[in-house]
Amino acid sequence: MTIEDIQNEIIDEFSMFDDWEERYQYMIDLGKELPLIDDQYKTDSNIIKGCQSKVWVHAEMKDDKLQFTADSDAIITKGIIAILIRAFSNQHPKDIIDADTSFIDKIGLKEHLSPTRANGLVSMVKQLKMYAIAYQTQLN
Amino acid sequence: MFNVEKIRKDFPILSRKVNGKPLVYFDNAATSQTPQQVIDAIVNYYHNYNANIHRGVHTLSQEATDLYEQSRQKIQKHFHAKFSHEIIFTSGTTHGINLVANGFTSILKKGDDIIVSALEHHSNIVPWQMLCERTGANLKVIPMNNEGELVMSEYEKLLSKNTKLVFVNHISNALGTINPIEYIIEKAHDIGAAVLIDGAQACPHIKPDVQALDVDFYVASAHKMCGPTGVGILYGKEAWLKKLPPYQGGGEMIAEVTFEKTTYADLPHKFEAGTPNIAGGIVFGAAIDYMNNIGFDAIAKYENELLEYATEKLLQIDSLKIYGTAKNKTSVISFNLKGIHPYDVGSILDKLGIAVRTGHHCAQPIMDYYKIPGTIRASFAFYNTKAEIDALVAGVKKAKMMLS
Ligand SMILES: Cc1ncc(COP(=O)(O)O)c(C=O)c1O
Repeated sequence: MTIEDIQNEIIDEFSMFDDWEERYQYMIDLGKELPLIDDQYKTDSNIIKGCQSKVWVHAEMKDDKLQFTADSDAIITKGIIAILIRAFSNQHPKDIIDADTSFIDKIGLKEHLSPTRANGLVSMVKQLKMYAIAYQTQLN
Repeated sequence: MFNVEKIRKDFPILSRKVNGKPLVYFDNAATSQTPQQVIDAIVNYYHNYNANIHRGVHTLSQEATDLYEQSRQKIQKHFHAKFSHEIIFTSGTTHGINLVANGFTSILKKGDDIIVSALEHHSNIVPWQMLCERTGANLKVIPMNNEGELVMSEYEKLLSKNTKLVFVNHISNALGTINPIEYIIEKAHDIGAAVLIDGAQACPHIKPDVQALDVDFYVASAHKMCGPTGVGILYGKEAWLKKLPPYQGGGEMIAEVTFEKTTYADLPHKFEAGTPNIAGGIVFGAAIDYMNNIGFDAIAKYENELLEYATEKLLQIDSLKIYGTAKNKTSVISFNLKGIHPYDVGSILDKLGIAVRTGHHCAQPIMDYYKIPGTIRASFAFYNTKAEIDALVAGVKKAKMMLS
Protein backbone atom coordinates (compact mmCIF):
# COMPACT_ATOMS: atom_id res chain seq x y z
CA MET A 1 0.00 0.00 0.00
CA THR A 2 1.15 3.55 -0.63
CA ILE A 3 1.55 6.02 2.19
CA GLU A 4 -1.55 7.79 0.98
CA ASP A 5 -3.59 4.57 1.01
CA ILE A 6 -2.53 3.84 4.55
CA GLN A 7 -3.32 7.36 5.65
CA ASN A 8 -6.81 7.11 4.13
CA GLU A 9 -7.33 3.81 5.88
CA ILE A 10 -6.41 5.43 9.21
CA ILE A 11 -8.75 8.33 8.52
CA ASP A 12 -11.54 5.81 7.84
CA GLU A 13 -10.87 4.01 11.10
CA PHE A 14 -10.98 7.22 13.10
CA SER A 15 -14.17 8.38 11.42
CA MET A 16 -16.00 5.63 13.30
CA PHE A 17 -15.39 7.35 16.60
CA ASP A 18 -18.01 9.73 17.91
CA ASP A 19 -16.01 11.77 20.36
CA TRP A 20 -12.55 12.54 21.66
CA GLU A 21 -12.80 9.90 24.36
CA GLU A 22 -13.13 7.08 21.87
CA ARG A 23 -10.31 8.50 19.76
CA TYR A 24 -8.05 8.84 22.76
CA GLN A 25 -8.93 5.40 24.08
CA TYR A 26 -8.05 3.90 20.71
CA MET A 27 -4.72 5.72 20.66
CA ILE A 28 -3.93 4.68 24.20
CA ASP A 29 -4.64 1.08 23.24
CA LEU A 30 -2.41 1.38 20.17
CA GLY A 31 0.26 2.85 22.40
CA LYS A 32 0.03 -0.02 24.84
CA GLU A 33 0.03 -2.78 22.24
CA LEU A 34 3.19 -1.94 20.45
CA PRO A 35 6.61 -2.89 21.74
CA LEU A 36 7.97 -0.33 19.36
CA ILE A 37 11.70 -0.32 19.61
CA ASP A 38 14.40 -2.80 20.49
CA ASP A 39 15.96 -1.83 23.82
CA GLN A 40 19.44 -1.69 22.29
CA TYR A 41 18.30 1.29 20.18
CA LYS A 42 16.81 3.21 23.10
CA THR A 43 20.06 5.13 23.35
CA ASP A 44 20.81 8.77 23.96
CA SER A 45 21.82 9.23 20.35
CA ASN A 46 18.39 8.06 19.17
CA ILE A 47 16.48 10.27 21.59
CA ILE A 48 14.44 13.27 20.55
CA LYS A 49 13.94 15.53 23.50
CA GLY A 50 10.66 17.29 23.94
CA CYS A 51 10.26 19.22 27.15
CA GLN A 52 7.36 16.97 28.14
CA SER A 53 7.83 13.50 26.74
CA LYS A 54 10.77 11.74 25.16
CA VAL A 55 10.75 9.97 21.82
CA TRP A 56 13.27 7.43 20.50
CA VAL A 57 13.54 6.64 16.80
CA HIS A 58 15.60 4.02 14.99
CA ALA A 59 15.79 3.50 11.20
CA GLU A 60 17.06 0.61 9.09
CA MET A 61 17.04 -0.15 5.35
CA LYS A 62 15.64 -3.47 4.17
CA ASP A 63 15.26 -4.22 0.43
CA ASP A 64 15.29 -0.53 -0.51
CA LYS A 65 12.59 0.19 2.02
CA LEU A 66 13.05 2.14 5.20
CA GLN A 67 11.93 0.48 8.45
CA PHE A 68 11.23 2.62 11.48
CA THR A 69 10.89 1.63 15.09
CA ALA A 70 10.22 4.12 17.84
CA ASP A 71 9.04 4.55 21.39
CA SER A 72 8.06 7.17 23.94
CA ASP A 73 7.70 7.38 27.71
CA ALA A 74 4.17 8.84 27.38
CA ILE A 75 1.41 6.54 26.17
CA ILE A 76 -0.58 9.05 24.10
CA THR A 77 2.61 10.08 22.36
CA LYS A 78 3.31 6.39 21.81
CA GLY A 79 -0.13 5.93 20.25
CA ILE A 80 0.56 8.70 17.77
CA ILE A 81 3.97 7.20 17.04
CA ALA A 82 2.26 3.88 16.29
CA ILE A 83 0.06 5.69 13.75
CA LEU A 84 2.98 7.55 12.18
CA ILE A 85 5.01 4.38 11.89
CA ARG A 86 2.15 2.54 10.32
CA ALA A 87 1.97 5.31 7.72
CA PHE A 88 5.69 5.77 7.02
CA SER A 89 7.49 2.54 7.77
CA ASN A 90 8.31 -0.04 5.11
CA GLN A 91 8.24 2.57 2.34
CA HIS A 92 10.76 3.87 -0.16
CA PRO A 93 12.73 6.84 1.16
CA LYS A 94 11.59 9.00 -1.72
CA ASP A 95 7.93 8.42 -0.88
CA ILE A 96 8.60 9.26 2.74
CA ILE A 97 10.29 12.51 1.74
CA ASP A 98 7.29 13.50 -0.37
CA ALA A 99 4.58 12.41 2.08
CA ASP A 100 2.56 14.94 4.05
CA THR A 101 1.26 14.59 7.60
CA SER A 102 -2.00 16.49 7.37
CA PHE A 103 -3.91 13.25 8.01
CA ILE A 104 -3.10 13.78 11.69
CA ASP A 105 -5.34 16.86 11.60
CA LYS A 106 -8.07 14.86 9.94
CA ILE A 107 -8.15 12.29 12.72
CA GLY A 108 -8.53 14.98 15.37
CA LEU A 109 -5.06 14.81 16.88
CA LYS A 110 -3.76 18.05 15.50
CA GLU A 111 -2.94 19.53 18.89
CA HIS A 112 -0.38 16.80 19.53
CA LEU A 113 1.56 17.75 16.42
CA SER A 114 1.67 21.44 17.24
CA PRO A 115 5.27 22.72 17.24
CA THR A 116 4.68 24.28 20.66
CA ARG A 117 3.43 21.11 22.31
CA ALA A 118 6.97 20.09 23.30
CA ASN A 119 6.26 16.36 23.17
CA GLY A 120 8.92 15.46 20.63
CA LEU A 121 6.45 14.47 17.91
CA VAL A 122 7.11 17.34 15.54
CA SER A 123 10.82 16.65 15.79
CA MET A 124 10.08 12.98 15.29
CA VAL A 125 8.35 13.61 11.97
CA LYS A 126 11.28 15.79 10.93
CA GLN A 127 13.64 13.02 11.99
CA LEU A 128 11.77 10.40 9.92
CA LYS A 129 12.16 12.64 6.89
CA MET A 130 15.83 13.28 7.66
CA TYR A 131 16.47 9.54 7.74
CA ALA A 132 14.64 9.20 4.44
CA ILE A 133 16.76 11.96 2.89
CA ALA A 134 19.96 10.40 4.22
CA TYR A 135 19.13 6.94 2.87
CA GLN A 136 17.86 8.36 -0.41
CA THR A 137 21.23 10.05 -0.88
CA GLN A 138 22.93 6.67 -0.35
CA LEU A 139 20.67 5.06 -2.95
CA ASN A 140 21.44 7.71 -5.56
CA MET B 1 -16.74 39.54 53.18
CA PHE B 2 -14.92 37.27 50.75
CA ASN B 3 -17.41 36.22 48.08
CA VAL B 4 -15.89 34.03 45.39
CA GLU B 5 -18.93 34.11 43.10
CA LYS B 6 -18.82 37.90 43.07
CA ILE B 7 -15.05 37.87 42.48
CA ARG B 8 -15.39 35.48 39.56
CA LYS B 9 -17.61 37.98 37.78
CA ASP B 10 -14.60 40.30 37.61
CA PHE B 11 -12.75 37.81 35.37
CA PRO B 12 -14.32 37.62 31.89
CA ILE B 13 -12.09 34.70 30.82
CA LEU B 14 -13.49 32.44 33.55
CA SER B 15 -16.77 32.17 31.68
CA ARG B 16 -15.25 30.90 28.45
CA LYS B 17 -15.34 27.31 27.28
CA VAL B 18 -12.40 25.15 26.32
CA ASN B 19 -12.98 22.06 24.21
CA GLY B 20 -16.68 22.51 24.82
CA LYS B 21 -16.33 22.46 28.61
CA PRO B 22 -16.31 25.34 31.09
CA LEU B 23 -12.72 26.44 31.61
CA VAL B 24 -11.18 25.32 34.90
CA TYR B 25 -8.02 27.38 35.19
CA PHE B 26 -5.49 25.77 37.51
CA ASP B 27 -2.30 27.14 35.95
CA ASN B 28 -2.18 30.23 38.10
CA ALA B 29 1.43 29.70 39.11
CA ALA B 30 2.41 30.16 35.44
CA THR B 31 0.31 33.28 34.95
CA SER B 32 -2.76 34.63 36.69
CA GLN B 33 -5.96 35.78 35.01
CA THR B 34 -6.85 39.43 34.55
CA PRO B 35 -9.87 41.12 36.15
CA GLN B 36 -11.99 43.65 34.26
CA GLN B 37 -10.69 46.45 36.51
CA VAL B 38 -7.16 45.81 35.23
CA ILE B 39 -8.30 45.45 31.62
CA ASP B 40 -10.11 48.78 32.03
CA ALA B 41 -6.92 50.39 33.31
CA ILE B 42 -5.09 49.25 30.15
CA VAL B 43 -7.83 50.66 27.93
CA ASN B 44 -7.99 53.87 29.96
CA TYR B 45 -4.27 54.44 29.50
CA TYR B 46 -4.40 54.04 25.72
CA HIS B 47 -7.63 56.04 25.43
CA ASN B 48 -6.51 58.98 27.47
CA TYR B 49 -2.82 59.14 28.38
CA ASN B 50 -0.59 57.38 25.88
CA ALA B 51 2.66 59.37 25.54
CA ASN B 52 6.35 58.94 26.25
CA ILE B 53 7.36 59.75 29.80
CA HIS B 54 10.05 61.84 31.49
CA ARG B 55 10.85 63.78 28.35
CA GLY B 56 7.98 65.91 27.07
CA VAL B 57 6.89 69.36 28.13
CA HIS B 58 3.44 68.68 26.78
CA THR B 59 0.49 67.82 29.00
CA LEU B 60 -0.01 64.27 27.82
CA SER B 61 3.59 63.34 28.54
CA GLN B 62 3.36 65.01 31.93
CA GLU B 63 0.18 63.14 32.82
CA ALA B 64 1.57 59.80 31.71
CA THR B 65 4.74 60.47 33.72
CA ASP B 66 2.68 61.30 36.80
CA LEU B 67 0.66 58.11 36.46
CA TYR B 68 3.81 56.04 36.04
CA GLU B 69 5.45 57.60 39.09
CA GLN B 70 2.23 57.28 41.13
CA SER B 71 2.22 53.62 40.30
CA ARG B 72 5.80 53.34 41.50
CA GLN B 73 4.73 54.92 44.80
CA LYS B 74 1.81 52.54 45.09
CA ILE B 75 4.20 49.63 44.61
CA GLN B 76 6.61 51.15 47.13
CA LYS B 77 3.78 51.26 49.68
CA HIS B 78 2.67 47.74 48.88
CA PHE B 79 6.13 46.30 49.46
CA HIS B 80 6.79 48.81 52.25
CA ALA B 81 10.04 50.07 50.72
CA LYS B 82 11.59 53.10 52.37
CA PHE B 83 11.88 55.14 49.16
CA SER B 84 10.05 55.00 45.84
CA HIS B 85 13.39 55.17 44.01
CA GLU B 86 14.19 51.76 45.50
CA ILE B 87 11.53 50.33 43.16
CA ILE B 88 12.98 49.71 39.68
CA PHE B 89 10.55 48.81 36.93
CA THR B 90 11.71 45.74 35.00
CA SER B 91 10.23 43.48 32.35
CA GLY B 92 9.72 40.82 35.03
CA THR B 93 11.41 38.62 37.58
CA THR B 94 13.94 37.25 35.10
CA HIS B 95 15.05 40.75 34.15
CA GLY B 96 15.43 41.76 37.81
CA ILE B 97 17.59 38.73 38.55
CA ASN B 98 19.82 39.40 35.55
CA LEU B 99 20.16 43.03 36.54
CA VAL B 100 21.48 42.10 39.98
CA ALA B 101 23.68 39.26 38.67
CA ASN B 102 25.20 41.62 36.14
CA GLY B 103 25.80 44.26 38.78
CA PHE B 104 27.74 41.83 40.94
CA THR B 105 30.27 41.24 38.16
CA SER B 106 32.35 44.16 39.42
CA ILE B 107 31.88 43.22 43.08
CA LEU B 108 32.82 39.52 43.11
CA LYS B 109 36.33 38.11 43.04
CA LYS B 110 37.72 34.69 42.28
CA GLY B 111 37.06 32.38 45.20
CA ASP B 112 33.91 34.15 46.37
CA ASP B 113 30.77 32.06 46.85
CA ILE B 114 27.21 32.52 45.63
CA ILE B 115 24.62 30.34 47.35
CA VAL B 116 21.40 29.32 45.56
CA SER B 117 18.79 26.74 46.53
CA ALA B 118 17.86 23.37 45.06
CA LEU B 119 14.30 24.65 44.66
CA GLU B 120 15.09 27.30 42.06
CA HIS B 121 13.40 27.84 38.75
CA HIS B 122 16.24 26.45 36.58
CA SER B 123 16.35 29.37 34.19
CA ASN B 124 17.15 31.50 37.22
CA ILE B 125 20.24 29.46 38.00
CA VAL B 126 21.71 30.42 34.63
CA PRO B 127 22.42 34.12 35.44
CA TRP B 128 24.44 32.94 38.48
CA GLN B 129 26.34 30.37 36.45
CA MET B 130 27.19 33.09 33.95
CA LEU B 131 28.25 35.40 36.80
CA CYS B 132 30.52 32.64 38.14
CA GLU B 133 32.08 32.22 34.69
CA ARG B 134 32.75 35.95 34.48
CA THR B 135 34.21 36.31 37.95
CA GLY B 136 35.63 32.94 39.01
CA ALA B 137 33.18 32.76 41.92
CA ASN B 138 31.71 29.39 42.97
CA LEU B 139 28.07 28.36 42.99
CA LYS B 140 26.91 26.43 46.08
CA VAL B 141 23.50 24.81 46.42
CA ILE B 142 21.30 24.46 49.53
CA PRO B 143 19.87 20.91 49.29
CA MET B 144 16.22 19.95 49.80
CA ASN B 145 14.67 17.09 51.76
CA ASN B 146 11.99 14.63 50.73
CA GLU B 147 9.17 16.98 51.77
CA GLY B 148 10.55 19.61 49.41
CA GLU B 149 11.92 21.83 52.17
CA LEU B 150 15.36 23.43 52.18
CA VAL B 151 17.68 21.93 54.75
CA MET B 152 18.72 24.83 56.96
CA SER B 153 21.52 22.98 58.76
CA GLU B 154 23.16 22.43 55.36
CA TYR B 155 22.66 26.08 54.48
CA GLU B 156 24.53 27.12 57.60
CA LYS B 157 27.42 24.86 56.66
CA LEU B 158 27.68 26.54 53.26
CA LEU B 159 27.94 30.03 54.73
CA SER B 160 31.47 31.35 55.16
CA LYS B 161 33.46 34.53 54.90
CA ASN B 162 33.63 33.87 51.15
CA THR B 163 29.84 34.04 50.77
CA LYS B 164 28.93 37.27 49.01
CA LEU B 165 25.41 36.64 47.76
CA VAL B 166 22.50 34.32 48.57
CA PHE B 167 19.67 33.77 46.08
CA VAL B 168 16.53 31.88 47.11
CA ASN B 169 12.92 31.93 45.99
CA HIS B 170 10.33 32.97 48.53
CA ILE B 171 8.00 30.23 47.33
CA SER B 172 8.92 27.34 45.03
CA ASN B 173 7.01 27.29 41.74
CA ALA B 174 7.21 23.52 41.35
CA LEU B 175 6.20 22.42 44.85
CA GLY B 176 4.67 25.45 46.57
CA THR B 177 7.07 25.31 49.53
CA ILE B 178 7.27 28.59 51.46
CA ASN B 179 10.94 29.00 52.30
CA PRO B 180 12.11 30.40 55.66
CA ILE B 181 13.51 33.53 54.09
CA GLU B 182 13.59 35.52 57.35
CA TYR B 183 16.07 32.99 58.74
CA ILE B 184 17.99 32.77 55.47
CA ILE B 185 18.38 36.56 55.34
CA GLU B 186 19.42 36.83 58.98
CA LYS B 187 22.10 34.15 58.67
CA ALA B 188 23.46 35.67 55.47
CA HIS B 189 23.65 39.12 57.06
CA ASP B 190 25.50 37.69 60.05
CA ILE B 191 28.44 37.02 57.76
CA GLY B 192 27.97 40.14 55.62
CA ALA B 193 26.46 38.54 52.48
CA ALA B 194 23.71 40.18 50.43
CA VAL B 195 20.40 38.40 49.74
CA LEU B 196 18.19 38.46 46.65
CA ILE B 197 14.75 36.90 47.06
CA ASP B 198 12.74 35.75 44.01
CA GLY B 199 9.18 36.66 44.97
CA ALA B 200 7.54 35.66 41.67
CA GLN B 201 5.47 32.92 43.31
CA ALA B 202 5.00 34.60 46.67
CA CYS B 203 3.52 37.95 45.65
CA PRO B 204 0.22 36.47 44.38
CA HIS B 205 -0.38 35.08 47.89
CA ILE B 206 1.53 37.19 50.41
CA LYS B 207 2.26 40.87 50.90
CA PRO B 208 6.00 40.99 51.62
CA ASP B 209 7.41 43.77 53.81
CA VAL B 210 10.91 44.37 52.48
CA GLN B 211 11.96 46.51 55.44
CA ALA B 212 10.76 44.01 58.04
CA LEU B 213 12.51 41.26 56.06
CA ASP B 214 15.60 43.46 55.82
CA VAL B 215 16.14 41.92 52.40
CA ASP B 216 18.70 43.52 50.07
CA PHE B 217 16.92 42.76 46.80
CA TYR B 218 13.46 41.39 46.02
CA VAL B 219 12.01 40.70 42.54
CA ALA B 220 8.48 40.01 41.27
CA SER B 221 6.38 39.84 38.07
CA ALA B 222 3.03 41.58 37.54
CA HIS B 223 1.58 38.78 35.42
CA LYS B 224 1.35 36.44 38.37
CA MET B 225 -0.53 39.08 40.39
CA CYS B 226 -3.52 39.78 38.10
CA GLY B 227 -1.44 42.27 36.12
CA PRO B 228 -0.11 42.31 32.54
CA THR B 229 2.86 40.34 31.17
CA GLY B 230 6.21 41.96 30.48
CA VAL B 231 6.43 44.11 33.60
CA GLY B 232 7.78 43.56 37.07
CA ILE B 233 9.87 45.16 39.76
CA LEU B 234 13.23 44.95 41.40
CA TYR B 235 13.33 46.30 44.93
CA GLY B 236 16.83 47.11 46.12
CA LYS B 237 18.07 48.87 49.22
CA GLU B 238 19.20 52.36 48.26
CA ALA B 239 22.80 51.73 49.28
CA TRP B 240 22.98 48.61 47.12
CA LEU B 241 21.39 50.23 44.10
CA LYS B 242 23.85 53.11 44.34
CA LYS B 243 26.71 50.65 44.48
CA LEU B 244 25.68 48.53 41.48
CA PRO B 245 26.71 49.79 38.04
CA PRO B 246 23.97 50.42 35.44
CA TYR B 247 22.78 47.35 33.55
CA GLN B 248 21.93 48.72 30.14
CA GLY B 249 22.89 51.95 28.43
CA GLY B 250 20.32 54.15 26.73
CA GLY B 251 17.87 56.99 27.10
CA GLU B 252 16.50 57.86 30.56
CA MET B 253 19.49 56.45 32.42
CA ILE B 254 21.89 59.31 31.80
CA ALA B 255 22.34 62.74 33.28
CA GLU B 256 24.88 64.17 30.87
CA VAL B 257 26.50 62.70 27.79
CA THR B 258 29.59 63.84 25.97
CA PHE B 259 31.83 61.63 23.87
CA GLU B 260 34.37 61.69 26.66
CA LYS B 261 32.16 60.82 29.59
CA THR B 262 28.60 60.15 30.61
CA THR B 263 27.22 60.73 34.05
CA TYR B 264 24.40 58.49 35.11
CA ALA B 265 21.00 59.60 36.23
CA ASP B 266 19.89 59.17 39.81
CA LEU B 267 17.90 56.23 41.03
CA PRO B 268 15.63 54.74 39.83
CA HIS B 269 16.34 56.00 36.29
CA LYS B 270 19.92 54.72 36.29
CA PHE B 271 18.44 51.21 35.82
CA GLU B 272 15.61 52.14 33.47
CA ALA B 273 17.26 52.67 30.08
CA GLY B 274 15.01 53.33 27.11
CA THR B 275 11.25 53.74 26.88
CA PRO B 276 9.80 51.34 29.45
CA ASN B 277 6.55 49.38 29.40
CA ILE B 278 4.62 52.48 30.42
CA ALA B 279 1.14 51.01 30.25
CA GLY B 280 2.39 47.91 32.05
CA GLY B 281 3.96 49.93 34.86
CA ILE B 282 0.81 51.97 35.37
CA VAL B 283 -1.47 48.94 35.19
CA PHE B 284 0.68 46.98 37.63
CA GLY B 285 -0.47 49.57 40.18
CA ALA B 286 -4.10 48.89 39.27
CA ALA B 287 -3.54 45.13 39.72
CA ILE B 288 -2.05 45.73 43.17
CA ASP B 289 -5.04 47.88 44.06
CA TYR B 290 -7.36 45.12 42.93
CA MET B 291 -5.65 42.50 45.07
CA ASN B 292 -5.43 44.78 48.09
CA ASN B 293 -9.14 45.54 47.82
CA ILE B 294 -9.84 41.85 48.20
CA GLY B 295 -7.16 41.70 50.88
CA PHE B 296 -4.17 39.41 51.19
CA ASP B 297 -5.36 37.94 54.49
CA ALA B 298 -8.67 36.93 52.93
CA ILE B 299 -6.83 35.59 49.86
CA ALA B 300 -4.44 33.48 51.95
CA LYS B 301 -7.23 32.12 54.13
CA TYR B 302 -9.42 31.13 51.17
CA GLU B 303 -6.57 29.65 49.12
CA ASN B 304 -5.53 27.61 52.11
CA GLU B 305 -9.04 26.15 52.29
CA LEU B 306 -8.79 25.25 48.60
CA LEU B 307 -5.39 23.64 49.19
CA GLU B 308 -6.62 21.52 52.09
CA TYR B 309 -9.77 20.50 50.25
CA ALA B 310 -7.89 19.56 47.07
CA THR B 311 -5.15 17.72 48.95
CA GLU B 312 -7.70 15.61 50.81
CA LYS B 313 -9.77 14.83 47.70
CA LEU B 314 -6.80 14.03 45.48
CA LEU B 315 -5.23 11.74 48.07
CA GLN B 316 -8.40 9.64 48.02
CA ILE B 317 -7.38 8.49 44.54
CA ASP B 318 -5.16 5.52 45.12
CA SER B 319 -1.81 5.44 43.37
CA LEU B 320 -1.78 9.26 43.42
CA LYS B 321 1.34 10.74 44.97
CA ILE B 322 1.83 14.38 45.94
CA TYR B 323 5.34 15.84 45.66
CA GLY B 324 6.15 18.67 48.03
CA THR B 325 4.54 18.13 51.40
CA ALA B 326 6.16 20.96 53.32
CA LYS B 327 4.33 22.09 56.44
CA ASN B 328 4.46 25.60 55.11
CA LYS B 329 3.16 25.73 51.54
CA THR B 330 0.86 27.69 49.22
CA SER B 331 -1.96 26.54 47.00
CA VAL B 332 0.14 24.46 44.61
CA ILE B 333 -0.20 20.68 44.28
CA SER B 334 2.34 18.77 42.24
CA PHE B 335 1.34 15.15 41.76
CA ASN B 336 1.59 12.00 39.65
CA LEU B 337 -0.39 8.85 39.12
CA LYS B 338 1.79 5.82 39.64
CA GLY B 339 3.14 4.43 36.37
CA ILE B 340 1.45 7.10 34.24
CA HIS B 341 3.30 9.90 32.45
CA PRO B 342 2.18 13.42 33.47
CA TYR B 343 1.89 14.41 29.80
CA ASP B 344 -0.85 11.83 29.29
CA VAL B 345 -2.86 13.01 32.28
CA GLY B 346 -2.44 16.65 31.25
CA SER B 347 -3.64 15.88 27.70
CA ILE B 348 -6.82 14.27 28.99
CA LEU B 349 -7.48 17.05 31.52
CA ASP B 350 -7.11 19.55 28.68
CA LYS B 351 -9.82 17.75 26.74
CA LEU B 352 -12.03 18.25 29.80
CA GLY B 353 -11.36 22.00 29.81
CA ILE B 354 -9.01 21.79 32.80
CA ALA B 355 -5.78 23.77 32.46
CA VAL B 356 -2.91 22.38 34.53
CA ARG B 357 0.81 22.49 33.92
CA THR B 358 2.65 19.27 33.20
CA GLY B 359 6.36 18.71 32.89
CA HIS B 360 9.36 19.68 34.95
CA HIS B 361 8.13 23.24 35.68
CA CYS B 362 11.58 24.61 34.88
CA ALA B 363 12.81 22.88 38.01
CA GLN B 364 14.77 19.98 36.58
CA PRO B 365 16.91 19.52 39.72
CA ILE B 366 13.76 18.87 41.79
CA MET B 367 12.49 16.30 39.28
CA ASP B 368 15.92 14.63 39.32
CA TYR B 369 15.76 14.50 43.11
CA TYR B 370 12.47 12.57 42.98
CA LYS B 371 13.65 10.61 39.89
CA ILE B 372 10.55 11.51 37.88
CA PRO B 373 10.20 13.05 34.39
CA GLY B 374 7.84 15.69 35.72
CA THR B 375 4.59 16.20 37.55
CA ILE B 376 1.08 17.47 37.00
CA ARG B 377 0.82 20.80 38.77
CA ALA B 378 -2.49 22.32 39.80
CA SER B 379 -2.10 25.82 41.24
CA PHE B 380 -5.10 27.60 42.73
CA ALA B 381 -5.96 31.28 42.94
CA PHE B 382 -8.54 33.13 45.04
CA TYR B 383 -11.03 33.04 42.13
CA ASN B 384 -11.07 29.22 41.96
CA THR B 385 -13.75 27.15 43.66
CA LYS B 386 -14.23 23.81 45.37
CA ALA B 387 -16.57 22.83 42.53
CA GLU B 388 -13.65 23.29 40.13
CA ILE B 389 -11.51 21.11 42.36
CA ASP B 390 -14.24 18.46 42.18
CA ALA B 391 -14.00 18.71 38.38
CA LEU B 392 -10.24 18.22 38.58
CA VAL B 393 -10.59 15.19 40.85
CA ALA B 394 -13.20 13.67 38.50
CA GLY B 395 -10.90 14.42 35.55
CA VAL B 396 -7.91 12.74 37.18
CA LYS B 397 -10.04 9.69 37.94
CA LYS B 398 -11.18 9.58 34.35
CA ALA B 399 -7.60 9.92 33.09
CA LYS B 400 -6.54 7.14 35.39
CA MET B 401 -9.27 4.88 34.08
CA MET B 402 -8.44 5.61 30.45
CA LEU B 403 -4.69 5.28 30.90
CA SER B 404 -4.32 2.24 33.12
C1 LIG C 1 9.91 31.21 41.06
C2 LIG C 1 9.91 31.88 39.73
N1 LIG C 1 10.91 32.72 39.40
C3 LIG C 1 10.92 33.36 38.23
C4 LIG C 1 9.97 33.17 37.27
C5 LIG C 1 10.09 33.87 35.95
O1 LIG C 1 9.22 34.95 35.89
P1 LIG C 1 9.12 35.82 34.56
O2 LIG C 1 8.97 34.85 33.44
O3 LIG C 1 7.90 36.67 34.77
O4 LIG C 1 10.37 36.62 34.45
C6 LIG C 1 8.90 32.32 37.56
C7 LIG C 1 7.86 32.11 36.54
O5 LIG C 1 7.46 31.06 36.18
C8 LIG C 1 8.88 31.65 38.81
O6 LIG C 1 7.90 30.81 39.11
